[in-house]
Amino acid sequence: MAEPSITLNVTRYRPGRDQEPLLQSYTVPFREDWVVLDALNHIKDEMDGTLSYRWSCRMGVCGSCGMMVNGTPKLTCAAFLRDYYPGEIRVEPLVNFPIIRDLVIDMSDFLDKLKSVKPWIIRKEEKPISQGEYLQTPAELDSYKQFTQCINCMLCYAACPVYGLEPNFLGPAAIALGYRYNMDSRDQGQDQRTVIGNHDGIWHCTFVGECSVVCPKHVDPAAAIQRSKVETAKNWFQSILLPWGQR
Amino acid sequence: MFTHDIVIVGGGGAGLRAAIAAAEVSNKLSIALVSKVYPMRSHTVSAEGGTAAVLREYDSLDLHAKDTIFGADFLADQDAVEAFVNEAPGELIQLEHWGCPWSRDPDGRVSCRSFGGMSVDRTLFAADKTGFHMLHALFQTSLKYDNIIRYDECFLTSLLVDNGKVRGVTSLNLYNGQVEVIAGKAVILCAGGGGRVFPFTTNAAINTGDGMAAAYRAGVALKDMEFVQYHPTGLPGTGILITEASRGEGGWLKNKDGYRFLQDYGLGPPTETPTHRKMELGPRDILSRCHMQELAKGRTFDGPYGHYVHLDLRHLGEEVINKKLPFVRELASKYVGIDPVYEPIPVRPVVHYMMGGISTDINAKTALDGLYAAGETACVSLNGANRLGSNSLTELLVFGTRAGRAAATAIATTSAPASGTLEALASDEQRRLNRQFLQKSAGKERIATLRQEMQKAMEVGAGIYRDEQSMKQACDTLRTLRERFKDIIIEDQVSTFNTELTAALELDFMLDVAETIANSALKRKESRGSHTRTDFPKRDDENFLKHTLAFCSPDGPRIDYAPVTITRWQPEERKY
Repeated sequence: MAEPSITLNVTRYRPGRDQEPLLQSYTVPFREDWVVLDALNHIKDEMDGTLSYRWSCRMGVCGSCGMMVNGTPKLTCAAFLRDYYPGEIRVEPLVNFPIIRDLVIDMSDFLDKLKSVKPWIIRKEEKPISQGEYLQTPAELDSYKQFTQCINCMLCYAACPVYGLEPNFLGPAAIALGYRYNMDSRDQGQDQRTVIGNHDGIWHCTFVGECSVVCPKHVDPAAAIQRSKVETAKNWFQSILLPWGQR
Repeated sequence: MFTHDIVIVGGGGAGLRAAIAAAEVSNKLSIALVSKVYPMRSHTVSAEGGTAAVLREYDSLDLHAKDTIFGADFLADQDAVEAFVNEAPGELIQLEHWGCPWSRDPDGRVSCRSFGGMSVDRTLFAADKTGFHMLHALFQTSLKYDNIIRYDECFLTSLLVDNGKVRGVTSLNLYNGQVEVIAGKAVILCAGGGGRVFPFTTNAAINTGDGMAAAYRAGVALKDMEFVQYHPTGLPGTGILITEASRGEGGWLKNKDGYRFLQDYGLGPPTETPTHRKMELGPRDILSRCHMQELAKGRTFDGPYGHYVHLDLRHLGEEVINKKLPFVRELASKYVGIDPVYEPIPVRPVVHYMMGGISTDINAKTALDGLYAAGETACVSLNGANRLGSNSLTELLVFGTRAGRAAATAIATTSAPASGTLEALASDEQRRLNRQFLQKSAGKERIATLRQEMQKAMEVGAGIYRDEQSMKQACDTLRTLRERFKDIIIEDQVSTFNTELTAALELDFMLDVAETIANSALKRKESRGSHTRTDFPKRDDENFLKHTLAFCSPDGPRIDYAPVTITRWQPEERKY
């Protein structure tokens, strides 16, 4: 009996050579425990050394290997061939980003947006190292912990219809990471992360919720956005209604 | 040509920490952070279990030092160990101040857990994604320093050395395929380890020893390269790491008869709850050897990916597993279809870490003027012949900081590099890449084939148990592969994001690293720490209480030796 095999249709785009992205078919051995990334590595090593894509840890934590798999944003190190077999699999670069080459997208926009939310602890006064750690109870940790799990894989940006239409939108991951610091009991910098509450921040979000659905680390960016909306609105009302000194 | 004060290669834990340390010396310093991946993709991200420092009243610096030196089988430089344990607590508190989400005790203090070879609970953790959280905290914190300028996805190809001084690096910009000069008065290599020279490893794809090989080619010694750590608990097939914290929390290793076999190797007696330094909390080198002994006795399981034993966490219960080991549950469920709440996890030893690396002094400085190194790329030597789990994340911070500060201080008196010379050196480098890879007419050797043959040679010749004949064979095979590498095929001629070219450059680096490992191992005729020879089963302090130094020569590595620094702990038999 012939060895079972599976066909992958993979985006090829080489700037200066291809006019536009095209799909190229590769038929690879089907193995029960292979993920899409294993199939891509098989293609690269044994069939076609010119295919380019990013990958590194192959265990779902470095965030490099996000691609569209049959139209859905996935980490390819966690997308098993068996879930698609015997059908064909379409592997494409993440949508909503410019393509650099083949399956490699340009994510520099996210890096700028990440920096704009000031994703670091801001203190009015730093405590000297010699005085030890800031105490933080397990409950205080739990209030922001899930938002620290973001691996910057960009699946949520690929899933977000608003980011597709409004490139200025800060987007799910950047907002979730900004919110993560706002919620951290050690942080005092919420009033400096104004970008989250601005026009290009949370108010662009129409609460489609796809970001939370595709997140491979079960972060809920939609919740971060909704909670930020409530808090921003509350602060705004307070600033109007409360007399000076109580804001 | 881009000019900075300091050029750091590698954006993992050590590189980011060095960058921040240098940036804090002066905001006038311009610091380049060059990495072949975005920094948050670096392999620090995969570290799971924790990071060690003395932060509790029941602990002491001397005890941490002693555990480390004992674990290292007395090959660690004790002055480096003392500096390390001294500075470790401050570094971890600093990271706490920078927002690392450490797991907490009910009173709000950072929690500590047990780890292999450590006498007390001194390993801080953020669930079982400690490296991930440390890396992201460092990366996000680094964004606030405007004088850290990143070169993301720029691939190191060589060090620029002019007149005996390091003057920067050449790097291949993946976006346009150009070889660019990134010049500086000092270079800090933090480019990680090279576990990918072996076929079965926990290491990420990017761990190809680039920094080690670049320093080696520039004439710097690689120290103690024969010491390669096998982690006893990797998933069969993929080699994905199942953290030592699963044993720190109380997990058991069992053979196919359901028997906690470590008690047969002097690590007993078995206890219900974990005992420091005993049984499953023994050091990694010893546990990996025990596994191989069980294999020889026919007491391991046999699966599609070879031998394995069981890591049993069931008695810990779902709540502890979810709270302390959620990533272990996720990885086991996803990659081997086992839920550790209900079933034991299949595990086997897997290449995990290189104790060896670029030889540096206690301030992370190498023998080459202007060159520094820190992290797994470097060998200070803190880890000697066997590293204790949870010391390496702390090492990134302590020696990353030392490197950043030392470089920032030293360059105050260094003149700027002459641009003409550097551009000429860069043109040479571009021509080399064109000649060797991009514009060659033909070739018949596939990258993947040579890589697989190298990895096989390393597994057979430089694995857990070694002997003269298999190591010699590995050395010969690697020489032949070096010749065959000249006839490599590169099909991809496109300049944008040419990952076939980078795969070739990585293989080129790995062949150098592999040769230093095999040749250093062949010459060390004793067993110490992770280096275990069936033909020389005893430690031999008389002849081999010394560091191996491998220097680059046209005929392969030239081996020399250097003394070990002993301060307060005289060598004794290493027994747990």
